Amino acid sequence: MRILCCVKRVPAPGAKINVTEDGQQVETAHLGFTTSPHEECAVEEAVQLTEAQGGEVTVLTVGPPEAEEQLRYAASVGCQNIVLVPTDGTPLDPQRTATIITETVQSLESDGGEFDLILFGNESADSGGFQVGVRVAHALGRPIVNGIKGIDIEADQVIARREVDAGFEVYHLPRPAICGVKEGINLPRYPTMKGRLASKKVELESVDTDADAGGQLMVRLHRPQETAKETAILGDSEDAAGAIVDLLEELGVMS
Amino acid sequence: MTLLVLLDHDNGVMPEASREALTIGRQLADDMGGEMVAAVIGALDDGVIDDVAEEAQKFGAETVRHVNHDLLTDYGPDAWAECLRQLADDVDAEAVMAVGNDRGNEVMAFLAARLDQPFVANCTTVTDADDDEWSMTRLQWGGSLLEDATLSADLKLVSFGHHAVPAEPAAGAADADVEEFEPELDDSHTITMIKDRTVQTQGVTLSTAPVVVSGGRGVGSADAFAPLEELAELLGGRVGCSRAVTNNGWRPHSDQVGQTGTRIAPEIYIATGISGAIQHWVGAMASKKILAINTDPEANMVTKADYAVIADLHKVVPAISAEIRRRREG
Ligand SMILES: Cc1cc2nc3c(=O)[nH]c(=O)nc-3n(C[C@H](O)[C@H](O)[C@H](O)COP(=O)(O)OP(=O)(O)OC[C@H]3O[C@@H](n4cnc5c(N)ncnc54)[C@H](O)[C@@H]3O)c2cc1C
Ligand SMILES: Nc1ncnc2c1ncn2[C@@H]1O[C@H](COP(=O)(O)O)[C@@H](O)[C@H]1O
Repeated sequence: MRILCCVKRVPAPGAKINVTEDGQQVETAHLGFTTSPHEECAVEEAVQLTEAQGGEVTVLTVGPPEAEEQLRYAASVGCQNIVLVPTDGTPLDPQRTATIITETVQSLESDGGEFDLILFGNESADSGGFQVGVRVAHALGRPIVNGIKGIDIEADQVIARREVDAGFEVYHLPRPAICGVKEGINLPRYPTMKGRLASKKVELESVDTDADAGGQLMVRLHRPQETAKETAILGDSEDAAGAIVDLLEELGVMS
Repeated sequence: MTLLVLLDHDNGVMPEASREALTIGRQLADDMGGEMVAAVIGALDDGVIDDVAEEAQKFGAETVRHVNHDLLTDYGPDAWAECLRQLADDVDAEAVMAVGNDRGNEVMAFLAARLDQPFVANCTTVTDADDDEWSMTRLQWGGSLLEDATLSADLKLVSFGHHAVPAEPAAGAADADVEEFEPELDDSHTITMIKDRTVQTQGVTLSTAPVVVSGGRGVGSADAFAPLEELAELLGGRVGCSRAVTNNGWRPHSDQVGQTGTRIAPEIYIATGISGAIQHWVGAMASKKILAINTDPEANMVTKADYAVIADLHKVVPAISAEIRRRREG
């Protein structure tokens, strides 16, 4: 089985997100980088599926050369192939990203054969466009469902489950299929020392593709307004329990 | 100028999100100097259609189109998007919008892909809907950051962030006509239709609980959540947690609050042993009141909370439960 996962390198902010002076990007001077938890889970799912049924996992990102770090991480937890479509790091709109990914998939498939399953995250952590996977699926003529928290592979179909408030919705997708995965589908493993060493030897494939800009243009980023809050300190030990329960009574949640 | 608004529903039950969509849609239609048509998709009983139409009218829809076809047995993004595409054509829509929940965003993405048009997800405001090019503000990072953007397209496709505005009935709403619309669908549109449903939880869920008692890395282990469970139960609430906790396998992901977890809005959020990273905060910030229990007075959760106790959660949480019991028994 051949599985492809699409991941995006994003900064990992802590208590708050700062924006560069020109408003074009997140201020990353003191930040590390990561991929979205959804995408981490997509990678883990792909690795688990191929461990159980054989096959290999390819991870693809469209991003700056530094995104090699996220690809190597994926290799360190069990992916065999890593592919980078290098950009200059300027944020791309979702239509452009989708076209680039579609063309790259077509080129990877013409060399190595069709992917039985392609996994996306439910949404990217930063721009959250909720659409790249759907656009790629449409362009490739394959079925997709988003928000997937359970995948079973059968001979000719993929059973995908989406969690909703009351339980799960079940979808049956003919193969080859595509899913947008949500965190919670599994518990991603941490890389082992052996995995880390092995990941250094995986060859990075670089694919040059570009596409025209779409109709959604980013103008600038800014932080939502925050109302400064006075925090009332109710105590510094378990003796605060009385004051807390007074508060709960006041809020009417004790009944 | 016509704005087409998709109403979400689950077997006829309309979520609050659909009332929000109508509230925003009414504003947007006014800005565009146009009319709002609300679309409800699927086989629904006449009684349900009447209820939906009454709601839609109350929130300012001039017309309600009930889209139905034998193949629409349940929700499916392909089929729903195709229905919207044909209906947008039929009403000569300038723009189509949905609320930015899982389904709304999914259907809009399918529609956008099919039409090869841009789709701007999770807007909070659109400033000049009467121009050819729209300017809007939208959510990034699950709402921790805002993006000003522009949209140029033949057919404008947008979703509005869930909770972007409170749902409010429209002034001077008139009777809305319900008109049937039968799209042309075939089996190619039903590949992504729901085939089955499994019911798991009943009763109060994390997103609707009046009280959420959450634990973070500071709790220390799966077993150490027992006192939090007990407190949540005493208050008729639910236990939540941070990603550090789900990552450690101490709690299931369905308990996770935050950007990639659940957005909560309880009367009070009791956050214990949680530092308050922005991705956690964004899921908790709609809480009416926040009480942080943390040993670190500088923790973001503490400085952003309404109330705080600077102490060991392992001592404070059981003491709260004991005090509640004492008062109830006494
Ligand atoms: C794209 C992305 C999405 C994310 N989505 C989410 C999400 O949905 N939800 C989420 O929660 N996180 C999310 N995260 C992770 C987030 O950045 C933090 O890593 C995480 O929230 C930290 O969890 P924590 O507060 O429990 O742990 P820590 O940051 O380690 O904080 C532990 C806290 O416990 C306190 N403490 C320790 N011992 C005690 C004690 N005995 N009594 C009282 N206090 C004590 C400490 O002072 C500290 O403040 C996301 C990250 C990324 C990059
Ligand atoms: N630059 C990128 N490179 C690779 N995959 C991406 C990129 N941007 C988005 N994706 C994938 O598409 C999904 C949805 O992205 P979005 O439409 O931006 O919310 C993400 O979770 C990723 O799996």
